[in-house]
Amino acid sequence: MSPTDLAVQQQQARSGAQRVVNDFSIQVATVNGSGSQTANMVLLRSILLMGVPVSGKNMFPSNIAGLPTWYTIRASKRGYIARKKEVDFLVAMNAETAKEDVLTLEPGAAVVYDEPLKLSALRNDLVFYPVPFDTLVKPVCPDAKLRRLVKNMIYPGILAKLLGIDLALMEKALGKQLGKKAKAVVLNAAALKAGFDYAEANFTKQAPYSLEAMNETAGKILIEGNQAAAIGCMMAGVTVVAWYPITPSSSLCESLIGYMKKYRVDKDGKATFAVVQAEDEIASLGMVIGASWAGARAMTATAGPGISLMGEFAGLAYYAETPAVIFDVQRVGPSTGLPTRTAQGDLLQIAFLSHGDTKHLMLIPCSVEECYTMAQDAFELAEQFQTPVFVMMDLDLGMNNWMADGFKYPTAPINRGKLLTKAKLAEIGEWGRYKDVDGDGIAYRTIPGDGLPASFTRGSGHNAKGQYSERPDDYVENMDRLNRKFATARRFVPKPVVQTNPKAKVGFVGYGTSHFAIEESRDQLREETKVETSYFRLRAYPFTDDLAAFVDAHERVYVIEQNRDAQLLQLMKLELTPDRQKKLQSVLHYNGLPIDARSITDEVLAREGFDVAKKTATRMSAGTAGGE
Amino acid sequence: MATPVKMNRIGLEPQIYKGGKTTLCAGCGHNAISERIIDAFYEMGIDPKQVIKLSGIGCSSKSPAYFLGGSHGFNAVHGRMPSVGTGALLANHKLIAIGISGDGDTGAIGIGQFVHLMRRNLPIVYIIEDNGCYGLTKGQFSPTADLGSKLKTGVVNDLPPIDTCALAIELGATFVGRSFSGDKKQLLSLLKAALAHRGTVMLDVISPCVTFNDHEGSTKSYAYAKEHDDPVEDVTFVPYFEDISVDYEPGSTQEVTMHDGSKLYLKKLEEDYDPTDKLIAIRRLHETARRGEFATGLIYIEPDRDDFLTLLNVVDEPLATLPLDRVRPGREALEEIMEGLR
Repeated sequence: MSPTDLAVQQQQARSGAQRVVNDFSIQVATVNGSGSQTANMVLLRSILLMGVPVSGKNMFPSNIAGLPTWYTIRASKRGYIARKKEVDFLVAMNAETAKEDVLTLEPGAAVVYDEPLKLSALRNDLVFYPVPFDTLVKPVCPDAKLRRLVKNMIYPGILAKLLGIDLALMEKALGKQLGKKAKAVVLNAAALKAGFDYAEANFTKQAPYSLEAMNETAGKILIEGNQAAAIGCMMAGVTVVAWYPITPSSSLCESLIGYMKKYRVDKDGKATFAVVQAEDEIASLGMVIGASWAGARAMTATAGPGISLMGEFAGLAYYAETPAVIFDVQRVGPSTGLPTRTAQGDLLQIAFLSHGDTKHLMLIPCSVEECYTMAQDAFELAEQFQTPVFVMMDLDLGMNNWMADGFKYPTAPINRGKLLTKAKLAEIGEWGRYKDVDGDGIAYRTIPGDGLPASFTRGSGHNAKGQYSERPDDYVENMDRLNRKFATARRFVPKPVVQTNPKAKVGFVGYGTSHFAIEESRDQLREETKVETSYFRLRAYPFTDDLAAFVDAHERVYVIEQNRDAQLLQLMKLELTPDRQKKLQSVLHYNGLPIDARSITDEVLAREGFDVAKKTATRMSAGTAGGE
Repeated sequence: MATPVKMNRIGLEPQIYKGGKTTLCAGCGHNAISERIIDAFYEMGIDPKQVIKLSGIGCSSKSPAYFLGGSHGFNAVHGRMPSVGTGALLANHKLIAIGISGDGDTGAIGIGQFVHLMRRNLPIVYIIEDNGCYGLTKGQFSPTADLGSKLKTGVVNDLPPIDTCALAIELGATFVGRSFSGDKKQLLSLLKAALAHRGTVMLDVISPCVTFNDHEGSTKSYAYAKEHDDPVEDVTFVPYFEDISVDYEPGSTQEVTMHDGSKLYLKKLEEDYDPTDKLIAIRRLHETARRGEFATGLIYIEPDRDDFLTLLNVVDEPLATLPLDRVRPGREALEEIMEGLR
């Protein structure tokens, strides 16, 4: 380190800065494929082990190695786990983005950086900690080929010292992360220590950020939404899985395969499940429909482009009334571009996916817990209603690590829906595949091999008996019954979570991962400007009846979404009266990064007539232009 | 005195194997194929309750409604029957699957799923009712139409055909045959053998479209098919449950033992034909096509390769009906997973 850096740094340090404890964000900027994910997880887990609520978000490129990647870790004593817009502590390891990363920081932020990048001259309102990573890694890692990876384990050590994380705790986190790879543990522990020792010897604490032990994370797990959904599928008794790799959904099926191999294989080595990597998403859904038709609990997972391809089959399943569970881990738009960035952009597409009159059930989890529970709900509803059920996740939820309570073991047995039995057949007399025996729009079905009467399954052209028909009255009767079935579903899909504040004139409607930013924004509004809000968290489509009542109870309703076209608001308009529609306004966030509280707060305050000083030097530089 | 009722080996009458009344054109080759399918299932003594009938879209794909009325059927979307069939068999590997497709349903919109079905060697009897045109949309060419074949309107096909048999052999199907809807004996033998095979059976059956492609200048007309049918061997199938021995002069007949013990006796019509040799089979297809003819019979067979469901190594019971305690791991499993995440 150059002595001049330290001198500059001492001048810049904000004198009298308040200590900021357990409430800041760290952003690590590295090169994709350089092994930084392990280092980031060690850092994240260390904070969790200190009992401090924490969240981590990966902002990565569509690339295996070489392009810039950012990881943000947020420690929050109040338990906020949405993305924090402002970066408080930057770890700059990537030459390509370092300059912009530094220039976009808020004054007073701290920067740990790779010394040769010479960043300290860029700003005089930041705290700089230059670290000669290449020099430090050499004695730790004699094997030159591994140095590029081991080098990244030095910065958690530096941060341990600067933020106040016990090194032993960090080593414990490292052990958890690397598991049984003993050699790697030794090597990386040495790197952690090298970082810690260097910081101890060379830095005095300048930046105000520090961590102190709390007791808020006892028993908590760290898990990705895709993993959580996979566990849910396994507990739901899934037997057939067909999938086609696509970011950001691949890890859902991959984790599922991992869990199933461990927990769903009999002693003789035979599996109680079948997984097929199909030739495309069309075939994936075709296999799921075929398997469900033949009585299996079957699922697939995909993202928006896969959903588009599944359109025709989704319509067939709706009309033929076969169950299907489809996870859509939503991401930004088509083809090359931002497939590794998050969005909530598939709502409208899925609500009416396919041709003719179709509508589909959607479940919308906001958290890893709900990924787990709604995965199970999805199988129940798909079989109960004999129709496709879409679980609307997103990249932020699916691929990031979230802190959660341990999942509860399901207590209810599985319900396979209206499968005809001999007893039921005797009771109803004449069976028809599409006959509405109970008046709820749901008919009884038989499955191949069950020995009960068979039927010939087709798309739109059938009568109540399941016979081929092109008669207008048969078609109308069938379509009306499908509508009755959809209406029945309103009573069975997960209900919204409504927090009504009697003092509030403003209501928020949100869904999915926007939830955490919305909760934080409501606190900001209350604490900073005394604006009270109510909150309606939507968890499913079709809507339940209480949406209209919520709109009635408020003067202005902000519908908060992570897409450009206000997709939920459009769906709401289809069901709400014109008077209610007039109350709706959109708050939209669609830059590929997870939504944050400050963006919501600023937008709402501006609409509410407050003078919002745009503080924005806060643009986050998690993105690249040009060059591929 | 009542005539004794005709029954098969599992005690079912022929009537059970029939389906609904056909809505295809009178004289359509597809109807003849449906009849042979009825005969084959009856004679093999297969319980219709264990059979699933699958199809895509087109005239051919309507035909599963016209046989085995007591079996479940699924008329899926255009070109995507293979995936639906795959899923159904994953759910219940005890089912016997027959898929009916057409030359457009397979060769055009469905070529992707066809390719992967063949690769997987899924145990299914996949039949292409091949008339070289789209009947249900009034006679456009399909990808199996031969070069130079003429539509009624005088339009001449100037693209080379896809030979679905050569393609299937190349891709890994383990039982590949071609026949003609008008050849009752050969088609029935092939169908019965197909039902004894464990793996993907691909049968391309030339099945003239009497309305749109049965005229002078068409290479898929009845007249053309009759004149240019070039069998590679004479097929005799003896199922395992029939105690029949076939005598033949050494060297004159190739005997193939199938997975279930059934036997195929392939009487040689030419000295060097060997349907267990991929290269010979593909060479023969090409040579015959070059002469403007089509090779029929059992073109290729690989009786022993593991099928897709065997490779997946699933439990013996159908996955579809496994009880809760087999498909939901216990509390300790979830606790172990949770502990690993703490």
